[in-house]
Amino acid sequence: MSTPTDTPIDSTLINPDRRKALKFGGLAIGFLWLGGGKAALAAINPLRQSDDAAVAAADGHPAFAPNAFVCIDTDGKVRLVMPNVEMGQSIYTGTAMLLAEELGVDLAHISVEHAPSNAQLYGTALLGGEQATGGSTSTRNGWESLRQAGAVARLLLVQAAAAQWKVAADSCTVEHGEVVHGASGRRLGYGALAAAAGKLPMPSGAIPLKDPAHYTLIGKPWRRVDAAIKVNGEAQFGIDVKVPGMKIATVRACPVFGGKLASVDDSRARALPGVVAVIKLDDAVAVIGDHYWAALQGLQALEISWDLGANAHLDTAELTRQLDEHSRTGKPIVARKQGQRPAAGKSVEAIYQLPLLAHATMEPLNATVHVSADQCEIWLGTQVPNRVVAAAVKLTGLPEEKIIFHNFFLGGGFGRRLEADIAVQAIKIAKQVNYPVKVIWSREEDVRQEIPRPMYYDRISAVLDPDGRPDYWSHRTTGASVAARWIPAALSKDGLDSDTVECAAETPYAVPNVLSEWVPCDLPQGLLPGWWRGVGPTHNLFVVESFMDELAHAAGQDPLAYRRALLQKNPRALAVLDLAAEKIGWGKGSLPPGVGRGIALGEPFGSAICAIVEAEVTAEGSVRMRRVVVGLDCGQMVNPSSVSAQVQGGLLFGFSAALYNGLTVKNGGIVESNFNDYRNLRINETPAIELHVVQTTASPGGMGEVGTAIAAPALANAVFAACGVRVRNLPIERALAAHHEEARKAVARRKQGDRAEALT
Amino acid sequence: MITLQVNGEAHQVDAPPDMPLLWVLRDLIGLTGTKFGCGIAQCGACTVHLDGQAVRSCVLPVGALAGKAISTIETLDQSDAGRKVQQAWLTVDVVQCGYCQSGQLMSAAALVAGNPNPSDNDIDMAMAGNICRCGTYVRIREAIKLAATGHTDALQVIPDDAGTPSGANS
Amino acid sequence: MKTLKRLLLLLVVLLVLGGGAYLLLNRTDPSPGTAPPTAGAPATATVLQRGEYLTRAADCVVCHTEPGKQPFSGGVAFKLPFGTIYSSNITADADTGIGRWTDDDFVRAVHDGIDADGKRLYPAFPYTSYTALSRDDVLAIKAYLFSLPKISQRPPANDLSFPFNQRWAIGFWDAVFFKSKRFTADSSQSPQWNSGAYLATALGHCAECHTPRNFAFALKNNQALAGTTLQGWRAYNITSDKAHGIGGWSDQALAQYLAQAHAEGHGSAAGPMAEVVQHSLQYLKRDDLDALVTYLRSVPAKVGSDPININQQPADLIASSAAAPGATEAEKASPGMQLFAGACASCHQWNGAGRETPYASLLGSSTVNDPGGQNLTQVILHGSDMHVADQAVYMPAFAHAYTDAEIAQLSNFVIAHYGGKTGSVTARQVGERRQQQ
Ligand code: FES
Ligand code: FES
Repeated sequence: MSTPTDTPIDSTLINPDRRKALKFGGLAIGFLWLGGGKAALAAINPLRQSDDAAVAAADGHPAFAPNAFVCIDTDGKVRLVMPNVEMGQSIYTGTAMLLAEELGVDLAHISVEHAPSNAQLYGTALLGGEQATGGSTSTRNGWESLRQAGAVARLLLVQAAAAQWKVAADSCTVEHGEVVHGASGRRLGYGALAAAAGKLPMPSGAIPLKDPAHYTLIGKPWRRVDAAIKVNGEAQFGIDVKVPGMKIATVRACPVFGGKLASVDDSRARALPGVVAVIKLDDAVAVIGDHYWAALQGLQALEISWDLGANAHLDTAELTRQLDEHSRTGKPIVARKQGQRPAAGKSVEAIYQLPLLAHATMEPLNATVHVSADQCEIWLGTQVPNRVVAAAVKLTGLPEEKIIFHNFFLGGGFGRRLEADIAVQAIKIAKQVNYPVKVIWSREEDVRQEIPRPMYYDRISAVLDPDGRPDYWSHRTTGASVAARWIPAALSKDGLDSDTVECAAETPYAVPNVLSEWVPCDLPQGLLPGWWRGVGPTHNLFVVESFMDELAHAAGQDPLAYRRALLQKNPRALAVLDLAAEKIGWGKGSLPPGVGRGIALGEPFGSAICAIVEAEVTAEGSVRMRRVVVGLDCGQMVNPSSVSAQVQGGLLFGFSAALYNGLTVKNGGIVESNFNDYRNLRINETPAIELHVVQTTASPGGMGEVGTAIAAPALANAVFAACGVRVRNLPIERALAAHHEEARKAVARRKQGDRAEALT
Repeated sequence: MITLQVNGEAHQVDAPPDMPLLWVLRDLIGLTGTKFGCGIAQCGACTVHLDGQAVRSCVLPVGALAGKAISTIETLDQSDAGRKVQQAWLTVDVVQCGYCQSGQLMSAAALVAGNPNPSDNDIDMAMAGNICRCGTYVRIREAIKLAATGHTDALQVIPDDAGTPSGANS
Repeated sequence: MKTLKRLLLLLVVLLVLGGGAYLLLNRTDPSPGTAPPTAGAPATATVLQRGEYLTRAADCVVCHTEPGKQPFSGGVAFKLPFGTIYSSNITADADTGIGRWTDDDFVRAVHDGIDADGKRLYPAFPYTSYTALSRDDVLAIKAYLFSLPKISQRPPANDLSFPFNQRWAIGFWDAVFFKSKRFTADSSQSPQWNSGAYLATALGHCAECHTPRNFAFALKNNQALAGTTLQGWRAYNITSDKAHGIGGWSDQALAQYLAQAHAEGHGSAAGPMAEVVQHSLQYLKRDDLDALVTYLRSVPAKVGSDPININQQPADLIASSAAAPGATEAEKASPGMQLFAGACASCHQWNGAGRETPYASLLGSSTVNDPGGQNLTQVILHGSDMHVADQAVYMPAFAHAYTDAEIAQLSNFVIAHYGGKTGSVTARQVGERRQQQ
């Protein structure tokens, strides 16, 4: 199992294990608490062959499948099986590169395949051995084991060739899918060797891996393996599956969290052409049609009455009130305590609030299911194949081997597809009919049936020493725990969900006295807290880095200089900070009125990243990002092209949420419905993004969520620099609208060049 | 029964006149390259070409389409602009999850076909209706310039010989 | 002593005179009246057929049906400057509806604004127009209403401040502003004109929205149909004025607009007018539409208080293609244009035509030519969802995710681009209009 590059270990932690765990980030942390570590290590096993591959190998096709990831056919076709799912993060490409690097084939000569549901073979160690994709764990997880898997295959192929040529194995090399005997110039393709290699005994123990100096793939930019089929419409997402006899369903669930179906008058719906059936579930109604349009027309013709239940009057104000109350009167769980609050010194304090967030994956949630007497077949793009299969076993009473699961490309995941809810609903519907049914949620349903990133309410304070540096730092976050619902075993004995304090208990900065704690505050029944594109780090980095900016301001110091002074013991973080600052020309030249720059620095998911945003706040209070410069240390980059894509995508995802997003609860349900009221950043709002990387060969850090986690604080700090409004309550657009006059005056003052004034 | 001209072929479809083209393409004709994202013309995932114009098929009733030329992502490579755009998308390695990309490519192809040298602003105007949740906008800009002009100031370009293996599919 | 007597006497005389005048002015017209022929409700049709058509032509359903509730079950709120009143349940339910009403009760309510218990109705119920209906037509409407399912639903009680909650006081309002009178044909006009007049006044009650009102909320009849603003929406000038009314429209365009809420070069209806077309006008027979057009053509031209000049050739629009704005405008890259490119251009082409549907064409509509952007901001904020001519015409609402400032910028861009005018929409105005609806 790989560990990210070290950061200075703080021995004063209450629980050293927790400290170790805290280095992994987001979703990964939870799983480490499973103590599944050992089971997990077995999960990706370069020496274990999948049973079906073994069977297939027995009758010669594929001729050679030394483990669950590599299949080589006699025609030389190299098929690589992907343990993780592809949802845009380019993991298929990265995984293929790790395998192919050691196997000695070109990316042009391989094809990749979705893995079946099989945790024993495809589990992710950092996720406790569960076959799940999330928490930016995939590359960190497969870094060693996948290269081993490729090496095992290569070793056996070389042995097969050497035996045939009667030469020493170590006199042979591999290149472009062939074994080469340099001395005699003989070559044999992998296809020709597959059958023989398939009969050789497995090597024992770990096989020495390539010297990084000789990498031909790793570290170079490669085109995604799924690029070609994603530019011509060929790529199959779950929503695209076609099954003979399939009908299409769409659903309306109770608009109130936890509400139930009371009754439905479907007479008008059933009379409509193309409507096939109306299916009642305990909390929803589904209309099945010959096509989606018919189903949708049917749905709109239903007259449904709901039993709204306890949440009928719930709204955002009430949820906020509960958080505020818990943050004052709830019992905090301490994540880190070091030293004491000093008696003297200037004290600064603030309250930060973060809203519920939707995922709004571009592909609305959908699942296709066919339940028959003796089996249940599922077609679905999911981050958690095991959970879906387990749910099917439970709902159908069929044995696991009777659940046939097909995975697909995911039209975005962002943590939403770490939930099996859509599959569960589709299975319940399919059980009531005798044909395959594809359940598609309208975008409105997709937003209103969210399992959102929970709200947070953070009280943060500091006491400054005579030089204005934090002598004491106290951060109390209040909110619901995702892990407590999703993976309860992950909570520590004292009930701490480490994710809630990720990047808060540990910051890059040297502060003598620290208190970091979490007050649990569950969401009401029926509203579930969900994973997102980085939960803990995305939430905490906004609070920590915004507040760090407040401290610099309180101390009357430059935000860059202020941070540098606290980073003298953290060269890795200091390096990315200085890199970004240098590239944007921090402090050099002067900016136009109404324009400001904001710094944010963090070490989420085992990487170190600094983003500096240059943004303008117009006189109307609108924010325009002009430029973003990023300094990054993510260890060894497997594919630099993917790294920069993830930084760009992660940042834009984070900016979208920071500027515009926050779900509103009213009458017990979600108000937003679609992209007209749940707004997404558009290309004409997108700044230029420059990425500068610190090159290292340390094992890779996570990438998928790193950009997202750093986006909000960098932008909020830029907004402050531009107009003097400190955003402590996301999203920024709403915050600025609330402080519109304040912002307008400040910008006006800036326009008169009175900078100091504007910053007060 | 309505007769539609899709990708150069005539298709007889049994659809109510107010049924949006998107669902006729996906559920009746079986062309699933065109995607459903919002259904209210706010995201662009469903973009197709109608007589060469980029349109949102999710709000385009089929009743009015008899005799009009409809083309989708599946035949984008049959037009000059389409091929250029697809190639540029590969060279710059634009796609991430890929779900919005059919729509992005159709909008981009319509732009490039009508504008040999689009400025940043032209690109913004033509592409602002296409949402990408994965955030591929930076590379989309670069790819469109590459497609239009043939030369690029892209952050990074991946040469063809890097190869493009066949991806997983079901 | 004497003087006191005189005073008392004077007082008595005044009271008698006043009372007499009150009664005189409030006397009702007992005549049944005769309606001119309407193509959709011929004498040959059954009373229920006539009733259904007339009920639609009078657009009863829109004011008496809450969204999602049973037709005619009432409860629709009317926010007036002096409080809120709720429309009544006019289904035949005995307790909560009008099931116990006799024919005379119903006729009195429709003709004179007095309900079965003798209480005066608020003139939000347009008896001021319906009074011109013939007794036969009123009873046909009643017969139709009584043929529908009885719905038991009691509308909320009105909530009005004193003195407006004193129904008897309406008597004085009626005395001054209301005249009970059946329609009388104008023999100097064609039969078609007379049918149109009956459809526009007695049934369609166009004036109730399109005619400005005086200090006492009574119609200014010397400004008939010259346009005004109510409940946050402008009802445009529909007099025969060539520049500011519908004088410049072709008969064809006018008839199409009334029937389908859209006409090429005039944009589409939204808000209250969209409801009128959806629930009422789209059901009118072609002959009746033509009659309506003939009548409207004859309405004296008035400029109106806030005239709108339609620009059919705005420079920016002319310079644009279907897919992109013209170079000079694009260069400016105004915030409003940026918002439009993202959220609007997918349906509303830069050249003024609709992309996926003609309903999205903006060229020539009063809405984009009104520098104040009254209806424009309303439709951007609250969207539009109408069902006409067998299709759903839908525009999403943008109030929730866009700030007042952004919507003001967007509105002013649209007014400049599609109307060739300088818009005057401010963030504050948008903020106020958010609250409406
Ligand atoms: S699905 Fe058509 S624009 Fe979103
Ligand atoms: S590539 Fe995933 S939404 Fe655009």
